[in-house]
Amino acid sequence: MRRIPSWIWPVLVALFILALSRVVKNEYYMFAGYVVLQYIVLASAWNILGGYSGYVNFGSAAFFGIGAYGAVVLDKLWQPPLVVAIVFGGIVASLVGLVTAYLTLRLRGVFFAIATLALAIVLQTLVMNWDFVGGPLGYYSVRPDSIAGFPSYVNYLFVIMLGLALIAVLVARAIELSFIGRGLAAIRDNELAAECCGVPTLRLKVFATMVSGGLMGMAGAPFPYYITYLDPNSAFSLAYGINSIAMPLIGGMTHWIGPVIGAVLLAVIQQVATVTISSELNLMIVGVLLISFITLAPNGIVGLFERYRQKRQRRLST
Amino acid sequence: MTTQSPLLDAMSIRKRFGGFVALDAVDIAIRPGERVGLIGPNGSGKSTLVNCLSGAISSDTGTIRFDGRAIERLPAHQRTRLGIVRTFQIPLPFTSMTVIGNLTIPLRFAARHHAVGGTTNDVEQALLILEDVGLRDKAHEPSAGLTQVELRKLELARAVAARPKLLIADETMAGLSNSEVDEIILLLFKLNEQGIAIIMIEHIMRAVMAFSQRAIVLVAGKKIADDTTDVVINNAEVVRAYLGE
Ligand SMILES: Nc1ncnc2c1ncn2[C@@H]1O[C@H](COP(=O)(O)OP(=O)(O)OP(=O)(O)O)[C@@H](O)[C@H]1O
Ligand SMILES: [Mg+2]
Repeated sequence: MRRIPSWIWPVLVALFILALSRVVKNEYYMFAGYVVLQYIVLASAWNILGGYSGYVNFGSAAFFGIGAYGAVVLDKLWQPPLVVAIVFGGIVASLVGLVTAYLTLRLRGVFFAIATLALAIVLQTLVMNWDFVGGPLGYYSVRPDSIAGFPSYVNYLFVIMLGLALIAVLVARAIELSFIGRGLAAIRDNELAAECCGVPTLRLKVFATMVSGGLMGMAGAPFPYYITYLDPNSAFSLAYGINSIAMPLIGGMTHWIGPVIGAVLLAVIQQVATVTISSELNLMIVGVLLISFITLAPNGIVGLFERYRQKRQRRLST
Repeated sequence: MTTQSPLLDAMSIRKRFGGFVALDAVDIAIRPGERVGLIGPNGSGKSTLVNCLSGAISSDTGTIRFDGRAIERLPAHQRTRLGIVRTFQIPLPFTSMTVIGNLTIPLRFAARHHAVGGTTNDVEQALLILEDVGLRDKAHEPSAGLTQVELRKLELARAVAARPKLLIADETMAGLSNSEVDEIILLLFKLNEQGIAIIMIEHIMRAVMAFSQRAIVLVAGKKIADDTTDVVINNAEVVRAYLGE
């Protein structure tokens, strides 16, 4: 019997969720589920650079915000279909990734992290002063009431984000398993040794930054339609930067499933906390979880699982 | 008599660290298939020279030709692909990978760029190399768990996996037992017989004497001797530098 290729599992899960979205009537689940899916994209995208190559990007919000404001610009100009805005956001964000990469990737460790954080702040300031997209007042995007083939527009947004999450997961997985992923792992372990083994370190890092940033930009493009009122603070929120680091860290950074687990776990907890307690509590929960994982399980949930499996194997073999 | 054109030809390599001159106009030429010992006291600039030749750092001035090409502006990975491969004096393994995983990186990223034939797959090639350095039975263990001596062997194995034309072994034998030193010398001879030129950097004089046809001596960033090994070893200046008169 032929082995079932493992990319089939994310596809099946996505199809299952798609089927569920057709029968669930309560709109709240679509609203909440959208956020979880959005974080699956952000966490998986972040992990392509941060997890695989070890370059910590604090500026996820920059790429996400580019996607969101890219959609705003298009919306003001000619209101194209959402898919066009997503592609546009992805391209612009990955081009910004390209420039950022060349400017900053020679910086190691904490300096790279600070440079990416600065990028988010600079972009937010620029948008604040850009009247065309509303400046500090923000922008109201008129969301169509319905769209053909879907029970509601929110349901449509949910399905779009489901598709993006599937793409992000499959791209992350493909990179991880390819020779590019091996090269990125070599960079993470020791960049000088990697370079001296023939790994084109600069080119791989630039590639990872572009793919990672592009996916984040794509995740940002539907956002103006999701919240309908977009302002610089919500598009460039620090929460994106922190969450997209925390999720892979908690889930596990060496396997593509890690960011997915982390995103689902953290985003669900945050959604529940927002409803039941307060939204202020969110970042504190993230902080507490982060500290616990860094000290107790530095390889995340995937790492815990693997340790358990190894222990069991050893027990079975003796 | 025709002189064989050199495989490596580096001229007036200079490197300063701040005000400190680590390399002072060093010339070094290596013929294809040659065995050269590079010796000198601690801090004399041997590893710095390796770094400049391999592209790990860039020299301040000087030209480097390899296989007829000017390479002083190429990044390190391209020099590796052309065939200058070095080991690190302090081993730098890919710690998240297994021993064999460490070898698949140069096999995939360097060797393929000038592989001859390339019929066998990476895993088979890696296992053959590990057999040679005596790490065959550790192939699937995590490299993070290796002893210091094993890490040095892994350094060498990983360099060999890049399929060098010129292998620069920076103190591969430090800390090894006498019989292990002999094993490594034998291995280097075997690689040399396959046509690989080798620069051996070593404080173990027995190894240098046994292995090299020629010896180059660095002292305080300057080349003070470059001749057949027995001539160099009897050179008064070299003796003075080593015995510290
Ligand atoms: N990156 C650096 N920055 C400043 N000084 C350096 C640097 N690298 C090397 N040096 C200095 O340059 C000199 C030459 O060092 P190098 O490592 O090349 O010596 P070596 O001949 O390899 O010595 P050893 O036999 O101990 O390995 C030393 O004084 C060292 O301190
Ligand atoms: Mg040295």
